[in-house]
Parts: sequence; C-alpha cells; structure tokens
Amino acid sequence: MSRRKSLSVLPGFRLSLSYTITWLALLLLLPLAACLMKAGSLSGEEFWKAVWTERTRAAYLLTFGVSLAAAVIDTLLGLLLAWVLVRYEFYGRRLMDSLIDLPFALPTAVAGLVYSNLYVKNGWLGQFLVPLGIQGAYSRLAIVLVLSFIGLPFVVRTVQPVLETIDADIEEAAACLGATRWQTFYRVILPALYPALLTGFTLTFARALGEYGSVVFVSGNMPFKTEIAPVLIVARLEEFAYAEATAIAVVLLAISFVLLGVINFLERWNQQRST
Amino acid sequence: MMPQKSTVASSTARHAASREDPVWVRVLLIGLAFLVIGVLIVIPVANVFYQAFRGGAGVYWKNLVSDPDTRHSIFLTLTVAPVAVALNVVFGVAAAWLITRFKFPGRTFLTTLLDLPFAISPVVAGLMFMLMFGLQGYMGPWLRDHGIKIVFAYPGLVLVTAFVTMPFIARELIPVMDAIGSDEEIAAVSLGANGWQTFWRITIPNIKWGLLYGVILCNARAMGEFGAVHVVSGHISGQTDTMPLRVEKLFQEYNNPGSFAVASVLTALAIVTLFLKIWLEHKTSHELAEARDVGVT
Amino acid sequence: MSRRSLQNIAIVLLIAVVWPVARQIQQRFANESAPEAVESRTVVREVALLNVSYDPTRELWQAVNAKFVTKYESETGVKLTIKQSHAASGSQARAIADGLEADVATLSLWPDLDLLRKKALIKAGWEDEFPNGSVPYFSTVVFVVRKGNPKGIHDWADLGKPDTSIITPSPKTSGNGRLALLGAWGSVVLQGGSEENAREFVTRIYRNVPVLDTGARGATVTFSQKGIGDVHLAVESEARLEVRESNGELELVYPTKSIRHDPPVAIVDAVVERRGTQDVAKSYLDYLYTPEGQVVIAEHDFRPLDAEVLTKFADRFPKVELFTVEDIGPNWDAVQKKFFAEGALFDSIYQEIHRSDSAK
Repeated sequence: MSRRKSLSVLPGFRLSLSYTITWLALLLLLPLAACLMKAGSLSGEEFWKAVWTERTRAAYLLTFGVSLAAAVIDTLLGLLLAWVLVRYEFYGRRLMDSLIDLPFALPTAVAGLVYSNLYVKNGWLGQFLVPLGIQGAYSRLAIVLVLSFIGLPFVVRTVQPVLETIDADIEEAAACLGATRWQTFYRVILPALYPALLTGFTLTFARALGEYGSVVFVSGNMPFKTEIAPVLIVARLEEFAYAEATAIAVVLLAISFVLLGVINFLERWNQQRST
Repeated sequence: MMPQKSTVASSTARHAASREDPVWVRVLLIGLAFLVIGVLIVIPVANVFYQAFRGGAGVYWKNLVSDPDTRHSIFLTLTVAPVAVALNVVFGVAAAWLITRFKFPGRTFLTTLLDLPFAISPVVAGLMFMLMFGLQGYMGPWLRDHGIKIVFAYPGLVLVTAFVTMPFIARELIPVMDAIGSDEEIAAVSLGANGWQTFWRITIPNIKWGLLYGVILCNARAMGEFGAVHVVSGHISGQTDTMPLRVEKLFQEYNNPGSFAVASVLTALAIVTLFLKIWLEHKTSHELAEARDVGVT
Repeated sequence: MSRRSLQNIAIVLLIAVVWPVARQIQQRFANESAPEAVESRTVVREVALLNVSYDPTRELWQAVNAKFVTKYESETGVKLTIKQSHAASGSQARAIADGLEADVATLSLWPDLDLLRKKALIKAGWEDEFPNGSVPYFSTVVFVVRKGNPKGIHDWADLGKPDTSIITPSPKTSGNGRLALLGAWGSVVLQGGSEENAREFVTRIYRNVPVLDTGARGATVTFSQKGIGDVHLAVESEARLEVRESNGELELVYPTKSIRHDPPVAIVDAVVERRGTQDVAKSYLDYLYTPEGQVVIAEHDFRPLDAEVLTKFADRFPKVELFTVEDIGPNWDAVQKKFFAEGALFDSIYQEIHRSDSAK
C-alpha cells in the first residue's frame, strides 16, 4: 500500500510515517485530547458560562487588542528595517542585521524582566517617560512594547528576501514613466510586498497571542484592564476549576488553529506570487 | 514560521540612480532604524549586563557559582535542552523525510499539525500535560502506582520543552529537502544501496547544515522556555528549577544581582546563538551557490 | 563532516534519547524496592524531604532546615536533605494535588491545606495532628509606606483616601492578597460598620491598586524595587524584611486592629506512606514547636506561639489587636465562597469598578 500511494521508490515510508504519527500522538494529540475531554465534561451551558463572562471577554479583547497593536507596529517597523537593510549601505548595517534576530533567541522571561525594569519610575527609560505621563510598565502600553520586541524579527525576515528580489527594471520603468520616488514606492514596490507583509503580520500576531512569559512580568494583572487570558486560566486552576480552566484553554486553542490555517494559506499565496 | 534570512545577495542595481532615495530620506530612515534597534534591543540587553555586573566581576562570578541552586539550574537547563533537542532531531528528520519524499493523503494536514505547538500558548501546553500526566489527570494515578514520575520531574520538563520546540527542526528541514530533491537518493537506491546507507551517505551530508541550523534555533528556544515549564516544574530549588525559573525566583528573593547574573548567562547564550546562526548562514549560502553552479553545468 | 563523525553524533543522540528512559526504569526499580527499605529503616543512611511552602517563607525554611538537618543527623546518623519549593499558596496546593511529591505542606491558608484533604492526600483530622490546630506560628497584615509616611497612613481608614495608591497581590492567587482584603473588610464590620460600608470601602481600595501581582513576593518587588504605590499591604514578616532591605527608604506602620494570619502545616500522608518518610516528616514539623524552632521562627519575623520566646522578641512584635477569619464569617469555607469564589464579592467589586470606569 505504501508503494502504491507514495509514488516513490525510496524506502522508509512506513518507518517514518509510524514514527512521526506515534510521536505526534504521544506529544501532541494525546494531551490535546485530554484537554478536549476535560472541557467536554462540562455541559454546553456550563462551557459557555466559563468562557464567556465579562471578565474573560475583557481578557480576550485585551489579548487581541495588544497583539493587533504589536503586529501593526512590527509591520511598520519591520518594513522600515527591511528597507534600510536592503537598500542602504551604512556603517553598522551587518551588526543591525544580526541584532534583529536577538528577540528570537532571548528567553522571553529575560525580556519581561528587563522591560519591566526599564520603564518603571526609577528605570533607565522610565525616569524620562514617567514624568511625561507615559507608563511603560504595568499598563497596556507595556504589553504592546514587549510584544513588539518579541515579534520584531518576523516581519523583517519575511519582507527582506522579497525586497531583495524586486526587479530594478520595474522601478526604473516607473521612474522613466515619470513617477516620483514616492509614487514608485507606493504604487509599485509596496503592492509587491503585500503578501510578505501580511505573512509577517500574521506571524507576529500569532506569536503575540500565545505569549506568556514576558507579558506576565510586565502586565500588572488588573482584571478588565491588563489581565491576559493565560493568567485567567492560571487563576481558575487555583480554584481547582480544572474543567473551566480547560474550557478557556480550548477557546485559545481554537483561535490558534484558525490562525495557523490563515498563515499556511498566506504562505502558499506568497509562494505562488513570488514564483 | 521562523525568521529566515535571505541569502540572495543584493545586486549591483542598488546603485542605479532611479532607485536612489534623496539623502535626507536615507539619513532619516537609517536614523529611525538605529533608534528602533537601540530602544527595543540594545538598551534592554545592555541593561541586563549592567545590572549583572553592577557589583563588579567578582560579585558576578560569586553569584553564579557559589549558590548550589543556581549551579544546579544551569546544569538542569544544559541537560534538559539538549535531550529535548535530540528528541526533536529524530522526529524532525523522520517527519521531513516523510513529508518531502512521499505523497500520501493527509500530508497537508500533517504539515499544519506540525506547526501547532507554535500557536499554542505555553500555559495551555503546560496545562495539557498536567491534565494528561498530573495526579488529577487521566494517566496520573496509574503512573504514580507504577512509580513513574513525569510532571514535577525531569521527564516532564523534557516533554514540555520538546513539545514547545517540536516544529523547529522539521520546519527547517522541509524546505531544504524539498530544494535538494530526491534524485540523488533515488539514484543510490537504484544502484543497490539500502535505506540506511542512502540516508547516512546521501541525505544526511546534504541536509547537515539545515539540520544544524534547526538544532541551534531549537536549542535557543528550549533553553529559554518559561511558561510551559513554569506549570510543570513544581519549583523545587536545586531540583526542578531551570535557568529562566531561577531568574524569576532570585528576583523575588531580593537578589537582583543574582537574578540578572543568571539572566546575563541566558542573554550571552542568545548572543552565541546569533553568531552561530550568522556563521551557518554564511556557510550555507556558499554551499547553496556551489550547488546551484553544479546544477547549472 | 565525515560519515564516521556523523555516526558518532547519531550514537550520542540515541544515548540522549535512551538515557531518560533508562533513568525512568531505574527509578521505578528504586521505588519498588522502597518498602524493603522501610522495614529495615536502621540501614537507611539517606533521607530526602520535600517541603512545599508559600512565598514569603523562603528565608525561614532555609534557616529551619539548616538547624534541623544538623540536629537530625547528629541524633540519628541519617543523612537528611530537605528541598524547598515556593510559589503562591493556592498554586502550591494545586501542584501537590497534581502530584508534586511533598512530604510536608506548609501553606499560607487553611483552605489550601484542607483542599488536600478533600483530594484524599491528607487524612481527616490533620488539624489535630500538631499543637494549636497545626499552626506553629502566626502573623498579621501590616502596612509598609515610603520614608516619612508622606501620605499620612496610620490605620485602615486612611487607605480610602483619594490619591493613595495601594499595592497588594491578587486575592485570586495569593494568600496575602486574601488576608489584606479580609483585613480591610474586618476593619469596617468589626467597628460597627455595615457590610454595605465594608463593600464600599474595599471597592475604594481596589480602585487605587495599580498592579495586582500573582504572589506576595511579586507585590513586594513591585513596591520596594520598582517604586510603585504609596502603601504596601503585606504580611508582617514580609513587611519587616522589605523594610530592612530598603536601606531606610521604607517604614512600617502598624494599624490598631488587623487580621490574624494562621499558616497551617501538615504531613502529606499519601506521599509519606509511599516514601516511608512519616517519622522524619513528623519530627521535622514537631521541631517547629520546640523552643529552638520557635526562636528561628521569631528571628524571621513570624510571631512565635511560645510565650517566653515572644517576650524575648517583644520589640519586634508591637501589640496589635488581632481578629480572625472566623470573626468575619462562620468558617474559612464560607468566607472563601462569599469573597473569593468565581463571581463572588471580589469579582463583583472589579466588575463594578470596570463598569463605572467605562461609564465615564
């Protein structure tokens, strides 16, 4: 059966299939099933009551809002950084290029610790910002800041390669036809970057939705204000409301699934457009 | 899903007049870029080292090595992460082989499934394992009766770390193996090599850099994992506290320098990861270029 | 990279995978042979205990453990190691219920320990296993303010002043947080105020809380190291430590009346029976009640039961009129339900704050 369907003369189909499936089942599907089963022990009404209260709504909204804000900021900053890195030669370009990946390698707990220390009243940046009324710690702004840090590499790294492959001829043609530099950018370059920007945006957004380690350090946990959904899960667990906690987790899982579908679709679209 | 740096070199067209921006635009944008990198990345990193070394290098060293719990947390992280990475190497290679070398129903679904751990909040991941292996969970009582410890012990830490970093290596290998294609392997098989010979002599040498790249990224995440580990660790000092958890604990024990000392080690590891990544990208871009040349001729 | 070295790497990886499995099997055998070891306890030369405790007791247990280990080893010749685990009280209770192998649980609040009884990990009647309802020391909630007390905070009523920013951990996750809320509540109802007044007062307080940390230590760090807030509602031991660490930047304020904090201890029967550590766990907790143990407790700013020790450390513990949780409600379970359960008083207070904020 493997031969017929695999259309390949290479060996190892059964081995790799069974190994992959076993591992996925053990590490991913089984715990996932446990999660669904636990949430399934609630009646429909109970489930709804657990996942849809004023407080959870505020938490979802907050998580969505700050993730969206961080993704928008990162898209803009990412475009800027990618543009500067690809188009200009300047001192420190390579250093900048390598530093961009740092948020990816830095443990998020360290990021949270440092960010909460930087923006408080007696911190390096907070001493200038707090007197101006800018609260960069224990506020929504703080969450957006740290999420922007964490998501920074994604947009840069999706836009950079596309920007590098844009044909010089197109821009020259646009210039010859009398387009100003801004028009060329706006009408010619930017549309070519849309798929990459959108992919980067979605990646940042998805990463931000799930982030916990750094956010819990900087958020302040105020119900309705700065309380993110994972903190709610922890709070419900504390009351031994396993099923209710799991119900909220299932909602987050469902959102993750949908987002993954969108990302995969976007990536395929991106590839099709670039080839 | 990972930041992937392009290896395409910029062309000479960069200097074409029609692509040149006015000087003020250039200066402004470069300045802005430096500002962004400075505020978001450089200052925080500098702050970590500043706080860690505030008491001088001697105090810093003492903070790191004189506390047995801190020493143990470093040891624990350095043993948990590699094991999780090793598990994912085996899995990643198997999954990449499966997905790139065979066509079968459900392949796309499998690829999506591979990405799932990326999108799951670490707290939810920890909770999932707790529901499975915790004493109140589905397998907990059985495990306890058989004397097998998973959560609040080493295996649990490895499992959640492996879970969170599961996609990295497969994700890195799939495009590489797709690009290389299976011609060489098919040739080897048709010349009479068996599966393992083909794998060891053809496939592995072909994908070694991609694999190493995946390992480095996977390892960086494995060492830094906080949320999921937080849920299943049990916080036993000198036993199940990994480095990121130790950072939090020291911080709460009024030991700011100690906390930042551990944080600085993690930061230094992140910087080492960056260097390795750059070196590898350099290496692969050369090899890819060579491979392309060979392919043309 | 040659083929040979690749194979070597593969072997190393394989070992790395096999090793944890082997460890498991080894551990399993070790556990199976455990009953044997219990029978011939004189042969056992090494014992390990795990003490799962709440946030502000890290330093206390470090000191107690060091003293007790020396004492135990010299008396029995058995090598003893005691491991500690600290986090918010509620989450520690959950961790034990989830399988964290605690030999003894020393938590902040009665409901947290009683939960383990409900999960059949601790036998009924655990309160009577040790003196004073298994509560070896007590404490209370006091105020920490900035140098010179610029906001003039002297008693609970002052917390209701506008522009007074208050730091306290979340009652949802922290024992300290729950006590602070109950203290504020009691300060009104036990002085003749109605529940309506109390509710209004507590709402006013939480309106002025800028950060709700998940644990007591988190709140301390927020107040002392990050400089947020005008007053920190902390358990006495935590407050005294905080003030000591601050180099004169912070001051203590004792309210005239406050809530009594009775952190209970218990042996986790289900665990010690399996591990065969009943005796050492018992003598460990018994040690807390000895004069020696009580001195260590007092040295770490927890109020000792022993009257003699208490007089010796009298300068540390100013007289405060203490009321108990039972003065507020019939018992802990009822209080827990009325104040902190999902949708109960605390939640509705925040709902109210939220509504009036969004109405503005």
